[in-house]
Amino acid sequence: MTTTDRPAAPPVRTHKEDRTWVGRSIRRVEDPKFLRGRGGYIGDMTVPGMLYAAVLRSPHAHAVIAGIDVVEALAAPGVHAVITGEQAAELCDPLPDFGPNPAAHTWRCLAVDKVRYVGEGVAVVVADSRYLAEDALALIEVEYEPLPAVVDPERALEDGAPLVHDDLGSNCAYERTFDFGDVERDFAEADVIVTDRLRWHRSGGQPLETVGAVADFDHATGALTVHTNSLSFTSYLFMVAGTMKIPANKLDIRPVPAGGSFGSKLFATKPAVIAGMCSRQVGRPVQYLEDRVDNMSNCDHHGSDRVYDVRLAVMRDGTIRGVDIDTVEDYGAYIQFGVGHHGNALAQVVGPYAMTSVRYRVRAALTNKNQQGAYRGFGSEVNNWMLEQMVDKAARELDLDPVELRRRNFIREFPHFIPTGNVYDSGDYDAVLDKALELSEYKRWRIEQAKAREEGRCIGIGLITAQERSVFSATEFWFWFDEPGAPVTSMPESVTLKVDATGGITATLYSCAFWGNSPETMVAQLVAEEFDCDPHDVSIVYQGSKNGLPATGPGGSRTTVMLAGAVEGATAKIKAKALRAAAHLLEANPDDLEWVDGGYQVKGVPEQRKSLADIAVMLHLFKHSFPEDMESGLEDSKVFDHPYTTMPSADRTDLGVFYPFMGHACHVPVVEVDLETGSVSFLAYAAVHDCGTLVNPRSLAGHIVGGTAQGIGTALYEEFVYDDDGQLLTSSFLDYLIPSAMEVPELRIAHHETPSPYTLHGIKGGGEGGRMMAPAAINVAVNDALAHLGVRVTELPITPDRLRAAIRAAESARGRE
Amino acid sequence: MQRHEVTLTVNGRTSTVSVEPRKLLVDVLREDLGLSGAHIGCEHGVCGTCTVLRDGRSIRSCTTFAVQVDGAEIRTVEGLADGAELHPLQDEFWDKQGLQCGFCTPGMLMRACEIVEQKPDVSREEVREGIASNLCRCTGYQFITDAVCAAAARMHSGSSETSGAQA
Ligand code: FES
Ligand code: FES
Repeated sequence: MTTTDRPAAPPVRTHKEDRTWVGRSIRRVEDPKFLRGRGGYIGDMTVPGMLYAAVLRSPHAHAVIAGIDVVEALAAPGVHAVITGEQAAELCDPLPDFGPNPAAHTWRCLAVDKVRYVGEGVAVVVADSRYLAEDALALIEVEYEPLPAVVDPERALEDGAPLVHDDLGSNCAYERTFDFGDVERDFAEADVIVTDRLRWHRSGGQPLETVGAVADFDHATGALTVHTNSLSFTSYLFMVAGTMKIPANKLDIRPVPAGGSFGSKLFATKPAVIAGMCSRQVGRPVQYLEDRVDNMSNCDHHGSDRVYDVRLAVMRDGTIRGVDIDTVEDYGAYIQFGVGHHGNALAQVVGPYAMTSVRYRVRAALTNKNQQGAYRGFGSEVNNWMLEQMVDKAARELDLDPVELRRRNFIREFPHFIPTGNVYDSGDYDAVLDKALELSEYKRWRIEQAKAREEGRCIGIGLITAQERSVFSATEFWFWFDEPGAPVTSMPESVTLKVDATGGITATLYSCAFWGNSPETMVAQLVAEEFDCDPHDVSIVYQGSKNGLPATGPGGSRTTVMLAGAVEGATAKIKAKALRAAAHLLEANPDDLEWVDGGYQVKGVPEQRKSLADIAVMLHLFKHSFPEDMESGLEDSKVFDHPYTTMPSADRTDLGVFYPFMGHACHVPVVEVDLETGSVSFLAYAAVHDCGTLVNPRSLAGHIVGGTAQGIGTALYEEFVYDDDGQLLTSSFLDYLIPSAMEVPELRIAHHETPSPYTLHGIKGGGEGGRMMAPAAINVAVNDALAHLGVRVTELPITPDRLRAAIRAAESARGRE
Repeated sequence: MQRHEVTLTVNGRTSTVSVEPRKLLVDVLREDLGLSGAHIGCEHGVCGTCTVLRDGRSIRSCTTFAVQVDGAEIRTVEGLADGAELHPLQDEFWDKQGLQCGFCTPGMLMRACEIVEQKPDVSREEVREGIASNLCRCTGYQFITDAVCAAAARMHSGSSETSGAQA
């Protein structure tokens, strides 16, 4: 497809300059209940008659289930039911699955016939308390016949590897190569081809609260009500109803606040299905809440796990022409989201650089591990890391300044279509870089670095410039298939605004549950901006799926942009009615009125005015004062659809627009490496982000720090380690190391604001940025600290043993010289 | 299983509960006493979301049996605010956005409470080191540190005013 036949972009907007609430760091309206310990999380919920479920997990990575004896468990005190995987397969259909071939890698809430990873559930007990349920788990006898496990993704793809799913006939769940632009020419004409092999090991979101659900099946009506902290419930509702074999209109999913998610509670359907199945079986409400070991071993939300072979085509002056990426991803035992993680990477695969071609080959390997789900970045953070390591290596090989090499390749004209077809709506990468150089005191640190080196100390500076896509379109999940049979999905988000008789405003949100973001504050600020009220006076309601409006839920940093669009639309409808009412009350022509400070008044005659409360009380109580066709009340809704997404071309040489609102950031950590111990510590850390117009700067800064802390974990500490037999060695916080306050440095943060031309106020999404940048930046910093010793680390996390091994290897290589 | 009578004074109110010896303090607080502020993040003593004060010192209520604290004075997050008025720590956590999802917050507040009560003139470095006992997966600790320092300064000077404007 050429640029000329692209579908038209949405109209370019002008943004109002004098904002009152949008752009202010106000106290979050969500917080008082959490500060008082009254969060109302799923574990806080009790319902009369509620029972508790606990799941028996497989100790084997790969084994045939030859038999399960539950007789003793069933007779144990307080036990109401024991359901084995075989029985569960009768009660429920497979779980919602977007994998390439679900019939051949079928995923169920409990394992049937064989277990495929350590931690996979084999049976569930329902009892009067969690204590009694766990007692009974210990009485279940499972006869396992162990099978050889396959743990390494590349070995999994070799002939003769043990098969994770016999029906699939191989461990390759998916393979495809895409070419965008003239790859052959760019590589043929390149002065230098930089190559590398890189390895990113798996970590995960690991919010401090696990996933859970309280389900209540009513046999009288056939209706199932599920309270859960799993997000995106309006999206998965239909699919969970299918799994439960009930009509979708008999399933009501209601959100409760989630104690963190970072992707890992998106679409977490298994706990709801287990609780629902148990409740239907025993006829009472049932809570299933994962404990930490359940969550670490069996959450279905481990993060990316990739091997990369990459080539970068570069000219001697530093111009990057193209990139050729060959990646094998270890998906674990199932593949619920298909290779959507790579769709995500393709949204910003070239980073901020104006290269002209991309080759992308992905192979999805199945292994005996817990499966992948979502983790902040959804696979694009891995691409950022890979690309920045390559760019950094190019700078070293060409002996160019790494900052200048990056700057030389910046995209400067917007909107810009990258080779894959996605658009970058706006940006100013030079401005962000300049700000970061200043904020980080880059020049001073280069001098410090040189001084330290004379003393034998290894200081490294890790400047990276990378992208932060926002507002995804679901095409990234299906453009992999030539005949997906789907047009672009509209992925709406909805808001209802209600003005009561006193002028008080209540906003109802659909599917956008709370997980540590601030949907209430953000919507309250946007409403306050429209209606000139105090955001803390706006009431927010979360609607369950029943009686809900079309909605999709969070993911891919879409919430703020989508809810802003919905608030704007609902406001327009309400103001139109209020204007007409005010005109009637003031006996004026609507054209002569203007909205000023929370009411309508006659232009130039401010005393001739009706406040929103004046109008609302009339519309609520005195409808007969108005024309026949006006109804009582002042309430309206807006279903806001994805504002900018287009179809991929039939031949997939252009994937269309699927992640249009492109943020950008520059991170500059300064680290010191201890050569003796292999430990890495921070001397400074600066981060500049551009996520368009800010709504609540302090909230965004909080996400940047928090995301960076997670990125530090990914870069240095966190890993789900499976040994050669598939045993999970890190199944508690004792060995899966989440950074504490001592590992996370103080960040210097600055924002740059390049508004999006296509969204309300120019907002872009920005919740994932910290983690999308930090691993890349820290790896570059460590390599910068050790380059003079010939050390280059190409594997994350950079644990002390990995780093020591790299240092030793370089030492012996030098010794040989 | 045999049950034991345990008498606890929680946030100034004394209650007696009958519990199995294996019942964890956090479960007694949450289930028997209806105080769901202490959270369960790991149940193996690492994360600190279950932190409460026992006779003024922070403990992990997930690795403490209720029978071990018979007769003790326990303080939980529910005891921090004075009616409608938030404790300075709560107020500063709110002002500085020292929380995102709120799940670590009760434990973090109680640990912070111990820190500032023990050392009113605590330094920023000491606050960081002190709260390293508790994990937070959302905030990266910086704004928590801001909040604890601000609250400590406020409590030290006896002022009830919020310390400052936001970033
Ligand atoms: S729940 Fe007690 S330390 Fe984690
Ligand atoms: S605020 Fe979420 S864990 Fe601390």
